[in-house]
Amino acid sequence: MYQYTAFDQQFVRARAAQYRDQLERNLAGTLGDDEFRPLRLQNGWYIQRYAPMLRVAVPYGELNSAQLRVLATIARDYDKPATTLLNQAQKTQDKIDQQAGSQAAPRLTTQYGHFTTRQNVQFNWIKLEDSADVMELLASVNLHGIQTSGNCIRNITSDERAGIAVDEVVDPRPYAEVLRQWSTLHPEFAYLPRKFKIAITGSVEDRAAILWHDVGLRVLSNAQGEIGFQVFVGGGMGRTPVIGTEIRAFLPWDQIINYLEAVVRVYNAWGRRDNMYKARIKILVKAEGQRYIDEVEAEYQRILAAGAQHTIPQAELDRVRACFVSPPVDLVPEAVQRVAEQSLLAQAREDKGFARWLQQNVTSHQNPGLRVVTLSFKRLGQAPGDATADQLQTSADLAEAFSAGEVRVNHDQNLVLPWVRVDQLFALWKAASAAGLAKANIHLLSDMIACPGGDYCALANARSLPIAAAITERYQDLDELFDLGDIDLHISGCINSCGHHHSGHIGILGVDKDGQEWYQVTLGGSDGSALSGAAKPGKVVGPSFAAAEVVDVIEAVLDVYKDQRESGEHFARTLERVGMDPFKAAANAARQATARIATV
Amino acid sequence: MSSSMNPTFEILSADTPTGGSDWLSLGNDADPNAVDLQTLAGVTLHFPKFSDGRAFSQAVILRRRGFAGDIRALGDVLIDQLLQMQRCGFSSAVLRADQDAAHGQRLMQHYSGFYQGDIRPTAPRFAQALA
Repeated sequence: MYQYTAFDQQFVRARAAQYRDQLERNLAGTLGDDEFRPLRLQNGWYIQRYAPMLRVAVPYGELNSAQLRVLATIARDYDKPATTLLNQAQKTQDKIDQQAGSQAAPRLTTQYGHFTTRQNVQFNWIKLEDSADVMELLASVNLHGIQTSGNCIRNITSDERAGIAVDEVVDPRPYAEVLRQWSTLHPEFAYLPRKFKIAITGSVEDRAAILWHDVGLRVLSNAQGEIGFQVFVGGGMGRTPVIGTEIRAFLPWDQIINYLEAVVRVYNAWGRRDNMYKARIKILVKAEGQRYIDEVEAEYQRILAAGAQHTIPQAELDRVRACFVSPPVDLVPEAVQRVAEQSLLAQAREDKGFARWLQQNVTSHQNPGLRVVTLSFKRLGQAPGDATADQLQTSADLAEAFSAGEVRVNHDQNLVLPWVRVDQLFALWKAASAAGLAKANIHLLSDMIACPGGDYCALANARSLPIAAAITERYQDLDELFDLGDIDLHISGCINSCGHHHSGHIGILGVDKDGQEWYQVTLGGSDGSALSGAAKPGKVVGPSFAAAEVVDVIEAVLDVYKDQRESGEHFARTLERVGMDPFKAAANAARQATARIATV
Repeated sequence: MSSSMNPTFEILSADTPTGGSDWLSLGNDADPNAVDLQTLAGVTLHFPKFSDGRAFSQAVILRRRGFAGDIRALGDVLIDQLLQMQRCGFSSAVLRADQDAAHGQRLMQHYSGFYQGDIRPTAPRFAQALA
């Protein structure tokens, strides 16, 4: 992992102190709520449905065990509301359950962290009065909430397997870190028209959904062996899903900051500020097209002419890269490896559970003696991506015992252990199973993405978690999940699309009509991975469904797949081959409550 | 009129008169690459709302063009944005009437350094470290 220098450390602490001053002025009444709002947002503090929400930045998803332990402490000691607030909130939520067509919801939970699709960690119940203390606690392990919200360059995301993926061309982490530093407290770009998200990958397979980002970067090596970036701009979800446009096929690596400065500066000047729903860069790129691209190019040339002070020196890249130390290739001697692999085969033959876990939750590594293991945070009784204080603590233990003290928060809301020795897989499986984190469902239907939705989020139109829980409950049988194979199911509680419903093979979107919850179902979306095909938004199957109908709709859609699939064919491929119609017909035939309503 | 101790940045009270024949008021939509700066003593840039960040980029571009006169922030100018203004090339700011200038002065000294280069001028941290 990147090693924080003395400068980095004092910077994070200075940020925490700056936040304390802002909070104190707000509580004293000298800094108004409207003026405080963007300041707290740029430190990760939202005011949500019942309580503030804190979003902690996890730069490109990497955490060490000490950081995980602090997150566990925050969950245990701070993520708890006063009893009266919790009771009141539960009562309000219970009322939604009583509406016609509703889906019974799990109870509100406290003292947990939540992994997000942008590799961050959120808490839902911390009191605002405690927020400065929490920021200080975070700073003690170099964590913070810098630019996890607000209309600024957000925390940069990357491939969960950066630096370890077998299909990697260039390790993106040093570039991600250099960009993190550049974007941190950038004075010019703190009040952009809207939020600005950058994702970066260096692999053949896109595990970072780069085309769905305001800027998507692919580090690559050209025919001459030079390193550079393929640059995409103007992707995004929300109410207008747009796939990013390639603006540069190959930009020399040392120019990336200068170039992004041009991209963001033109957006800052030209992006719409009259309508927040049209303020993202995707709208600008769509509206202006080549004119935007030409202006970025002109501005980049002006930056070059003025001396291009953010050209990255080789020595700086080398310094940052040296922080990402990989263990030696022969860490696990070949003989030990061979014996371990043989005993894994034997253990897998004996224990179907272990065999499934190996198949689904374990993948190969650049180092032949190591494996990449995903801990599943998708299981019955807990919301997708939620981790209790104990589970965070246990994850830290597992990271220390099995993964050189490092974990990665991934885009699918799970934790990845990046450095697991092949001869320790069985022991890890035992330990993770005991902790309830070894469900062998990675990439399967129940490994769904879901936002916190209307149970917690002030923006949501409908709840995500009851839907997620109902689907998880119906699809518990691993035989059935394995038979259905890899399926991306994504659930968002509103059109802001935090649950990435647009990119799901099956997408579910909560909508509100007349104060009631309804759900739109889309099919055929793609995040841009090889399995899912070129990045694209899904298509709506018909008018919205009542909450209680959604699970039946999903089942009907999956039954069509089972019926129509050819041998070895994944859901996404079958859908593409046979087309929407049979799926649509089955989904609409599953209507009960909405059968009599023409359109919702 | 209160004046800053910082020689490169003046924090001005709300009643400070600004303008004159050798000042230009540059609108938020104007392109700073296209204006004639030759005879100007100062340029005013505007914050219709403190959260409208267009003027930050405008100041950067004016300084990049070599403009050495005063660049003054007007409008919804709050003490929490003064440091960003200074780093983008503003040399003065007229505070909104309810703002505490003394506290603003302290806020501007809060950080000992930054990562990225700016207009003050400061090289990016990586260039300083190598120098």
